[in-house]
Amino acid sequence: MRYADALRTQALRRDEVIVLTAENRAPIRDLPPSLGLRFIDVGICEQTLIGAAAGLALRGRVPVAHALAAFLTMRAFEFIRTDLGIARLPVKLVGYVPGFLSEANGPTHQAIEDVALMRGIPNMRVVCPADEDELAEALPVLLDDPSPCYVRYNHLPPAVEHRAPFALGKAEVLTEGGGVALLTYGFLLREAAVAARLLEELGVPVRLVNLRTLAPVDEAEIVAAARGTELLVTIEDHFATGGLYSIIAEVLLRHGVAARVHPIHLGDRWFTPALLPGILEHEGFSGPRLADRVLAALAPHPRPLSHPLPPDRERGAPSHLFRTGLPLSRQGGRGWERGPGGEGPRS
Amino acid sequence: MSDLAGLPALSLAVREHVVRMATRGGCFIGASLSCADLLVHLYTRVLDISPERLDDPSRDYLFLSKGHDVPALYATLAELGYIERGRLARHLSPDDAIYWHPNRAVPGVEFHSGSLGHLLSVGLGVALDIKLRGGKNRVFVILGDGELDEGSVWEACLVAAAYQLDNLVAIVDRNDFQANARTEELIPLEPLPFKFQSFGWSCRTADGHDFAELEAAFENLPYAQGRPSVLIARTVRGKGIPSIERRADRWFANFTAAEVEALLGELRGEAAATLVSEGMVVR
Repeated sequence: MRYADALRTQALRRDEVIVLTAENRAPIRDLPPSLGLRFIDVGICEQTLIGAAAGLALRGRVPVAHALAAFLTMRAFEFIRTDLGIARLPVKLVGYVPGFLSEANGPTHQAIEDVALMRGIPNMRVVCPADEDELAEALPVLLDDPSPCYVRYNHLPPAVEHRAPFALGKAEVLTEGGGVALLTYGFLLREAAVAARLLEELGVPVRLVNLRTLAPVDEAEIVAAARGTELLVTIEDHFATGGLYSIIAEVLLRHGVAARVHPIHLGDRWFTPALLPGILEHEGFSGPRLADRVLAALAPHPRPLSHPLPPDRERGAPSHLFRTGLPLSRQGGRGWERGPGGEGPRS
Repeated sequence: MSDLAGLPALSLAVREHVVRMATRGGCFIGASLSCADLLVHLYTRVLDISPERLDDPSRDYLFLSKGHDVPALYATLAELGYIERGRLARHLSPDDAIYWHPNRAVPGVEFHSGSLGHLLSVGLGVALDIKLRGGKNRVFVILGDGELDEGSVWEACLVAAAYQLDNLVAIVDRNDFQANARTEELIPLEPLPFKFQSFGWSCRTADGHDFAELEAAFENLPYAQGRPSVLIARTVRGKGIPSIERRADRWFANFTAAEVEALLGELRGEAAATLVSEGMVVR
């Protein structure tokens, strides 16, 4: 389902919903005719976007405010923290082109500290849907929730065939292998699913986890993944500080659980601007590159490369995951990338 | 509604409360005294609100955007029955919510502030919702003149004009000072009416300590149909106590008990207080 359709449906069902934007209309451009005066564009004024949303919330409205993720979370940060956070107002923030989705815009537009900033605000929900379907499904849940929330907007087609309904603070566990746990959020689930399949083909059982919400985060699942696998791998288009890797560290420490953790993130640098497939390849986040990096992290455990490749289907590889998987862009590279099933490129 | 003739006495009572809050930790006395008459006038002659109607969606709203002048608001709310007068004695106590900036735990305070440049946009959101619902109530936002340095104020001015929010009224407490400097010496604001007018607002000025002038200024809102209104109220920092009026170093004050008694005397027209505690300049 398209986000705009879900938002229209909710807004027509609930008078309290007001749609706001700081002149970022692309995904919601069709809404003004249906919503009339309940669609408010404040122009390129992110601070006023938040202040006005706070005022509307004081009057009982549930504003859904849209802007580019970088400017929403950073230009307006203090308004979010002060007007929404302190008062715990139910304003829903939707940040466009977060993380790698800013593609070729360059560092000014790269929201890769947004999770750190937003989850640092008490009571702020941080929601990172894996695809547009998940976003649309999450929307009514978020509108019902009394807290402010920040959504990493994602317009991409389904990353996987989802197994569990969306719930705040609940991860979706897609496969339950005991070798390595791939923990991720947002559209990178699609790449992680490709990596998971490649790893499974090499005999590395994978627990593939779609975190969905980072605040609150599913602590029970993180602990279960740590206890049930040999290695936790976090995969995120975010700086090292304050994102999923930090969250995992905090959760494991809080629960007194020791685990091997291999983080895959952007460290402390902005990523190379390009179109999305180019970024994924260049930054090492495409499915095959992720599988490669996980294998390297598993290196002290020599099993994968020497392990005989099992038949694809019989091993129960999660074929349901690959409805929209990326092309296996490195066909002809390592043997494990090609896979025994002879599956061709998908696009 | 109080009689206009009764307002000076009420203002004096408010100022006495403010002075009493300027000790044992102190308060932002300069701005509190400059906007005391404004608050008294608004709450008694202008705002359609009462202690019994704090949640009435058809009430008028008043937002104190600069925030640090909140002792004058606490005192006004206490004098008019929104909060008990006894709470003012608990200023800065952890056992109450009467501290240096406004917060909603105090009945009558619509929203917290202290970070400058926020509440014109919050007020704008409230005004938008009133328009959406076809309401007739109005939203008043008191801005400091130093606060006008904040770009977010001018963002909100643009948006309020674009949405023709003639139910939104900004009041600038034009006491000519920002924290420790005269505005015109640090970041000049004049010609201030022209700035607001060029942003699409209708603007008037009045003596912010003259109740008759304020009465006339608030009588015919909005100043223009389809435009937000701004009243630039010319005020005096520290108004009512000549020994601290227009002083850059009497922005924040923490007086001794003896000084407070002397200042209360000066407020009532007795001899000028002798101040031993040093003024405060933070740069």
